[in-house]
Amino acid sequence: MSRPPTNQREFSFVVNGEAKSVSAHPMERLLDVLRRELNLNGTKEGCGEGECGACAVLIDGELAVSCLVPVGQVDRADIVTIEGVSLDPRYESLRQSFLQCGGAQCGICTPGMILASIHLLSKNPRPSMEAIREGLSGNLCRCTGYLQIFESVNRAANSEETQ
Amino acid sequence: MEPGRIVGTSAPRKEGLDKVTGRARYIDDISFPDMLYGATVRSSIPRGKIRSIKFGEGVSWDEFIIVSAKDIPGHNYIALIFNDQPCLADGVVNHCEEPILLLAHQDRHILPKAVAAISIEYEPLRAIFTLEQSESKSDIIWGEDNVFKSYLVEKGNVDSVWSQADHIIEGEYFTGAQEQLYIETNGVIAHFDASQGVTVWGSMQCPYYIHKALLSLFNLPEDKIRVIQTETGGAFGGKEEYPSMIACHAALLAMKSGRHVKMIYDRAEDMAATTKRHPSRTRHRTAVTKDGKILGGEIDFVIDGGAYATLSSVVLSRGTIHAGGAYYWPSVRIRAKAVATNVPPHGAFRGFGAPQSLFALERHIDHIARKLNLPPEEIRRRNFLQPGQTTTTDQIIREPIDMGKLLDRALQLANYELKQRRFTRENSLSANRKKGLGFAAFLHGAGFTGSGERYLNSVVGVEGCVDGTVRVLVSSAEFGQGTNTILCQIAAEALGLPYDDVTIAQPDTANVPNSGPTVASRTAMVVGKLVASAARGLKQTLVAAGLLETCSREQFRNACKDYVSQHGTIRSLARYESPAGVFWDDEKYRGEAYAAFGWAVYVAEVTVDLTTYSVTVDDFVALQEVGRVLHPVLARGQILGGVTQGIGFALYEKVQWHDGRMQNSQMTNYIVPTSSDISMIRVYFEELGNEHGAFGAKGVGELPMDGPAPAIVNAVENAIGIPFNSIPLLPEDIFEAVSPRELPREALTAAL
Repeated sequence: MSRPPTNQREFSFVVNGEAKSVSAHPMERLLDVLRRELNLNGTKEGCGEGECGACAVLIDGELAVSCLVPVGQVDRADIVTIEGVSLDPRYESLRQSFLQCGGAQCGICTPGMILASIHLLSKNPRPSMEAIREGLSGNLCRCTGYLQIFESVNRAANSEETQ
Repeated sequence: MEPGRIVGTSAPRKEGLDKVTGRARYIDDISFPDMLYGATVRSSIPRGKIRSIKFGEGVSWDEFIIVSAKDIPGHNYIALIFNDQPCLADGVVNHCEEPILLLAHQDRHILPKAVAAISIEYEPLRAIFTLEQSESKSDIIWGEDNVFKSYLVEKGNVDSVWSQADHIIEGEYFTGAQEQLYIETNGVIAHFDASQGVTVWGSMQCPYYIHKALLSLFNLPEDKIRVIQTETGGAFGGKEEYPSMIACHAALLAMKSGRHVKMIYDRAEDMAATTKRHPSRTRHRTAVTKDGKILGGEIDFVIDGGAYATLSSVVLSRGTIHAGGAYYWPSVRIRAKAVATNVPPHGAFRGFGAPQSLFALERHIDHIARKLNLPPEEIRRRNFLQPGQTTTTDQIIREPIDMGKLLDRALQLANYELKQRRFTRENSLSANRKKGLGFAAFLHGAGFTGSGERYLNSVVGVEGCVDGTVRVLVSSAEFGQGTNTILCQIAAEALGLPYDDVTIAQPDTANVPNSGPTVASRTAMVVGKLVASAARGLKQTLVAAGLLETCSREQFRNACKDYVSQHGTIRSLARYESPAGVFWDDEKYRGEAYAAFGWAVYVAEVTVDLTTYSVTVDDFVALQEVGRVLHPVLARGQILGGVTQGIGFALYEKVQWHDGRMQNSQMTNYIVPTSSDISMIRVYFEELGNEHGAFGAKGVGELPMDGPAPAIVNAVENAIGIPFNSIPLLPEDIFEAVSPRELPREALTAAL
């Protein structure tokens, strides 16, 4: 948590399709930059050590836990947070299936789960249950016991919107 | 049961869209201009006197707001039951992580450094960490005897049964502490203003518990304390009583600074400092006939409450009443106590004492079956409570429950007989992979125990709005389980309105009546029933005013608008009334402990891998009778989530203690089930209705926490023939038990 006091630098990257630049210490966590500098509060902090996946975002199309990414590493990267997923063609059916199948309970892991699901479906549009289980294994949920989340992803993968 | 127009259907979760779009605002997503951040300086020793506090070099202390016990305007305790827990330690500490000082600063990044720069000198006192140390009374750390609370339940004359018994079977069972591990840590924002008083926003289950705690801390009139629940990212009991502490802390910093103060625990602080499930020890001594009939028994149930009483007396109560489970005991004596140790206080966690005593009982029943050489299903069939029989507290079972049939159906769904034969055959052929089946049969009381609901005296409101829609007013909180959705379904059903015409107010003590805490599987059943009754009252008011004849949506809307324009508001309140003929004796601990029970049989199929010594749950059947399913998707979600936490309780989640301090307060080394650990959980419901619950509902949230652990450990014994009586059951425990004893430890270490 502690941050060296000086050495701020300018970083520029694309967030949810928009060019952004921020002044930050290179070791500042991307999570904090997103939440505090850019007011993108949909990305959540669950553990601060990369275990729970609540802070997951896409960086150049790859799933990453933003609590372990120093902002210095994402200069000129393309970042997608939950606020920007509506641009993804897979999101609409995921949103609906999470609502219908009970994929969100308390909702705090949901943004990360949705990012992980989008990432999974981008690599594997028709994942097996085993692939879904594996694809979401970096995201902890304490409410659902996961099965309704697997069902949400499975339903989205097999829905007409995604095809 | 037939679905209603709305009740019994899976209506969309009220706040669902906000959650799947990331728009839902949790406490850490909210900020105020000029807001400060708060941090807590905590005890590093388990017990002692505070000698001095030094503020180290290198920190500009004049930039900080610093609060100690001396700044508390009212009483220095967190008002709950015994009022023994200080808000801030004043001269003595009784557990590690006990709060001593509070700091606030505008830059949250420099707070950890400031906390570390404060050094506290102590005069240590001898501390105790185990049930045995507490019971030995060698050091008295709480009250006169280290006992927070004890209960004695007596039914029949158990002293007379031992001579009639063919077998007397004893057993001793242990359960460990368990962390709730909601993904959103505890957090609040507080504000203080001389004219308005204290306002707290935060992640919580029970706004009025916090209201009560702030009231005595600040000595202010009731209307000068306001508590508002924000979207809450999981709770499971972990946000029942603890939020009162963090709310009091933030409010003190807010008072001293005159600014908004946000306090959010990081994960390590949340895990180390806040409550966990009470560790327990249960001893059974049971008299049985040779054909497996229970004649009577003695049950000795002890839980570790930690350093302060918090909710231990109530957790103990539920654990005590559930200790006899779903069986008929002609006579029984249950001695139960909650004792003090120098660890952070244990508290509420889904199940609330019942998972502990039911683990012991359902392991013990298997133990009796083995001793008598009877199949475990058979001994249960011979002892199940039947309608008309009485529980251990002499409560007559009036529900038409048939546990024998429930058991038969669960075993059939699990394909039990066929698989049992197959596993017996296959286990003998495989050296390393052993499969087993086990099950647990149990009940869970819904609502507050005994006279609890009568004392709570809950009130709910339903309000007609100027646009003709209806709003539910309760302090019952949504934290994932579906409160918002279910209460709106109930109101819509009772009023004959579409689901979309009903909304629910944000729990805010300035705007909603006290519908009681959001705990004890009471919301759907007890609060739901009050919501239905308040909704009908609203309709009656409109009918009496001559504004409503039939109840079409249009007519209701117009009637509501007309009434509001004439009278300003329309609000209907309903207050809890205890059902006639229900008695409970707090002294003798006898009577109707719960208005209704949920009933269940859970079957676990496991593989024990004798190469890695790990256990996997391959299939899990969860069959339960819950009165009535109000919302199939939410109800199933409760069972799936509860079973998964139960799997964690049984196989993964171990709090590593060292001198009263949690050593593994990180998600990296406190292991909960991940998506790779959960394969198949099959959920089935039976619905017998319940006259005490909304549209027949009983509680459903806690029930699924009770069964998984004993079912899984029974299955492990079935697989490898070793009776484990302590959870969590980790691979190293299995390794210890199956490894050849003659192999000396040094040889093993040398081999590594």
